[in-house]
Amino acid sequence: MSNWKWQEGEYEVVRTCTWSPPGEHPVGWSVLLYIKDGKLHHVEGDRKNPLTQGRVSIKFLELPAYNNSPERIIYPMKRDPQYRGDNSKWERITWDEAYDMIEKETRRVQKEYGPESIMTFIGTGRDLWHTVPKITFSAFESPNFNYPHNGWSCYGPRSSICVYVLGAGYPELDYATAFPEKRYEDPDYTLSKVALVVGKNPLVSNPDGLFGHALVDMMKRGTELIIVDPRATWLASRAKYFLQLRPGTDAALYLSMCNVIIDEDLYDHEFCDNWIYGFNEFADRCREYKPDVAAAITGVNADLIREAARYWATNKPGSMTWGLAIDQKCNGIQTATLVLLLCAITGNLDVPGGVLLGASDREAPTSWWGWDELDPEIQAKRIGAAEYPAVSTACSTTQPDMAMDAIMTDKPYPIKMTFTMSSNPIACPVADPQMVSKAMLRPDFNVFADLVMTPSAAAYGDLFLPVASSGEKDGLVGTHYGALTLFVAACVKGVQTGECKSDDEIMLDLGWRLNPSKFPWKDLHEFLTWELNGYGIEGTFDDLVNSETGFVTPPYEYEKYAYGLQTWNGEPGFGTPSGQVEAYCQRFAEWGDDPLPYYEEPPYSPVSTPDLAEKYPFVLTTGARSWSYFHSEQRHIERLRDLDPWPTTEMNPADAKRLGLKDGDWVYLTNMFGKCRQMLKVTPIVKPGVVMAKHGWWYPEKGPDDGGAGPFGVWDANINQLVPHNCYGKLGFGTPFKCMICNVEKAEGGPDFDAAWPKSNNYLEFATNQR
Amino acid sequence: MAEDKKMGMLIDYEYCTGCHSCEVSCKQRFDLDSDDWGIKVAELGPWQHGETDFEWDYIPMPTETCDMCKDRIAAGKIPLCQQHCQSFVIEVGPVAELAAKMGSKKKLVLYSETCEASRKKALF
Repeated sequence: MSNWKWQEGEYEVVRTCTWSPPGEHPVGWSVLLYIKDGKLHHVEGDRKNPLTQGRVSIKFLELPAYNNSPERIIYPMKRDPQYRGDNSKWERITWDEAYDMIEKETRRVQKEYGPESIMTFIGTGRDLWHTVPKITFSAFESPNFNYPHNGWSCYGPRSSICVYVLGAGYPELDYATAFPEKRYEDPDYTLSKVALVVGKNPLVSNPDGLFGHALVDMMKRGTELIIVDPRATWLASRAKYFLQLRPGTDAALYLSMCNVIIDEDLYDHEFCDNWIYGFNEFADRCREYKPDVAAAITGVNADLIREAARYWATNKPGSMTWGLAIDQKCNGIQTATLVLLLCAITGNLDVPGGVLLGASDREAPTSWWGWDELDPEIQAKRIGAAEYPAVSTACSTTQPDMAMDAIMTDKPYPIKMTFTMSSNPIACPVADPQMVSKAMLRPDFNVFADLVMTPSAAAYGDLFLPVASSGEKDGLVGTHYGALTLFVAACVKGVQTGECKSDDEIMLDLGWRLNPSKFPWKDLHEFLTWELNGYGIEGTFDDLVNSETGFVTPPYEYEKYAYGLQTWNGEPGFGTPSGQVEAYCQRFAEWGDDPLPYYEEPPYSPVSTPDLAEKYPFVLTTGARSWSYFHSEQRHIERLRDLDPWPTTEMNPADAKRLGLKDGDWVYLTNMFGKCRQMLKVTPIVKPGVVMAKHGWWYPEKGPDDGGAGPFGVWDANINQLVPHNCYGKLGFGTPFKCMICNVEKAEGGPDFDAAWPKSNNYLEFATNQR
Repeated sequence: MAEDKKMGMLIDYEYCTGCHSCEVSCKQRFDLDSDDWGIKVAELGPWQHGETDFEWDYIPMPTETCDMCKDRIAAGKIPLCQQHCQSFVIEVGPVAELAAKMGSKKKLVLYSETCEASRKKALF
């Protein structure tokens, strides 16, 4: 019997490991696909996976519903640009016709405007952080690889700060991945005494490769938690210390915790003496944030700050896992630096049971995927690179707000063609999405590669390429996009749906057509072998598929800085200009920012804009995760939607009572930038004066044409209408998605359609008519 | 059925996070509609007792549709809710053996069988 494929009764069974689509981070759920009559019937977890051990999230349990849903677009389609927004005008075409269109437009734009006038858009967390840059740099030969989330407010800032402050790849919780046989019971594994969880709800989000429930595995064995979050999550209800801060004030909290640890002499002298650059200057900066000062800013009790800091410093090893809440604020760079320093001064970096770090050669992928082979004159045209070197040094992308400005204004040059792979900009990542929706009508040709018709593709797409889902594609899944590889596994194709192709197949097809010398692989498997070897794993892709578990967990080297494994030259130390952890960051100084971490009020808050706050009295945080959804996806999957049917805004019972609002009321959230409507959830998990609104919402049941509230009713629900474009930190990172202000008032009712989620799935006629 | 063959379901709700994997697994097994459940997760709280003190528990409860996946157990597999539970807090087995495991650990609940036979037919 094969390790990856067998017959079980009436089912053919194929073992695979999942990555999006459907939307999900590289968690590495290993599942068995039960296939009947050529269709995916159901999935079961694969207990041979050493990390998830057979456990599966509901998003992947519902894989058959997702893959077989009538909303799937399963053939290439085109629409004449003059009919953008009219979704009766899509026509089915062949892949050859689709590629002919792309080739023709690419050549035209390259010749008439230059390759830089082609811009690509990528979505978050997915398995294409090699695919889209490679298409951009090597197929289109453009420098404008764009992640359209304002201020690059997810992962990139934290990842970049690891490079600038530590010279290291991404930090992560030590959850015994390097001990696949016995895991936590392995005698060589050290359990963290405490885990610091920062601006993150990993149980729900499973971010960037961390299997969130590994934290529960650790809690059962005795790991205590310190939770920093404006919301009392389930984890917070089990925490030793829960620091419920005002959204956006994190930096003040960490400055104060570092102050307590330094002033009370609880820091690791040996580590600080040997490995921290600028420790004394940093200690002086921290002294400006005594607990009383931080308490006044953050709303966290001063004694609690002291006690949590002492507990963190004296219970070692301590591990840490941090979330995108850090990135979604103008002060995020400093916040990220402070979290790393909180781990560094207590001697928790890269020790067993402490904070895992990627080796220096696993830094953010600046030189990967064809960038180095681009003509330097073209490289120099990357939008925002000269203005924001902090963005372009570690992220191989544009500065996203400036990229959108270029589309809108033709400056510094026009953008004539866009290629969007697995991103739904106007429903999810962009601030001021109505402005973006108009701007995106300006390019001559907009290509989408996706799985269902999205508000963005419905509004301004001209060509739609249908993408294969998990279970329908061969590929690789690995944690942290290569920056810290805790596992690599094979995604294996079990079924073919329509004419769908994987993102990697589309990349290779386009590359072979447009610039074959930069795509030397003869087929997909040869490419995947090359990619696998790039992760540092020997053998071929087929070897991995055929192996006992289809899943590799590379050995992990602790304390790399002590052995010359954290630098480029083999000397002990860290891969920074000083060779040390830079509390005084020389690169920040070079780029015109304060080299020491500091606190800055959010640009819109009761403190910084008291006049506005009178009109918009709530602090608004957004984007709490849902078990059912990955960002803007999966709203059309019935079982998932049943569990979380509407966009909700959480409000404290005291505020609700004062305003005469009840749980389940529809409310408008408004501020000086925009408005949306969500359903109120009254709950004590947010403090009085704070509301949390869900993100990524649109209504598949509303249909793709604009009926007054945008395609699929996206303007009814999208919270990012209350977040401004061009509002980010000094270094080009961080838009305040998680710390805005707003007013909340009762709406006359809900969105204008049946009260219950409609069960009929035939609202996209063009999708169903294809069959 | 002999007493010693009676099955039970032991739940450690100290660690149930409310992830819904048990619910969805069971709905798939029996092809259940929106308002039909084989196991349902109840929520206690969240209630705030002090500034940072919250009580918040999730407790899965099997319905009369639950047949404890006896067919799967007979085939050498484990019940779907137990297998897919992200916190590993569900254990199905002979009720007498599970009762012996109760011990002094807090927040455990043990269910006995809910029905002679499920009303529904399992798809898989």
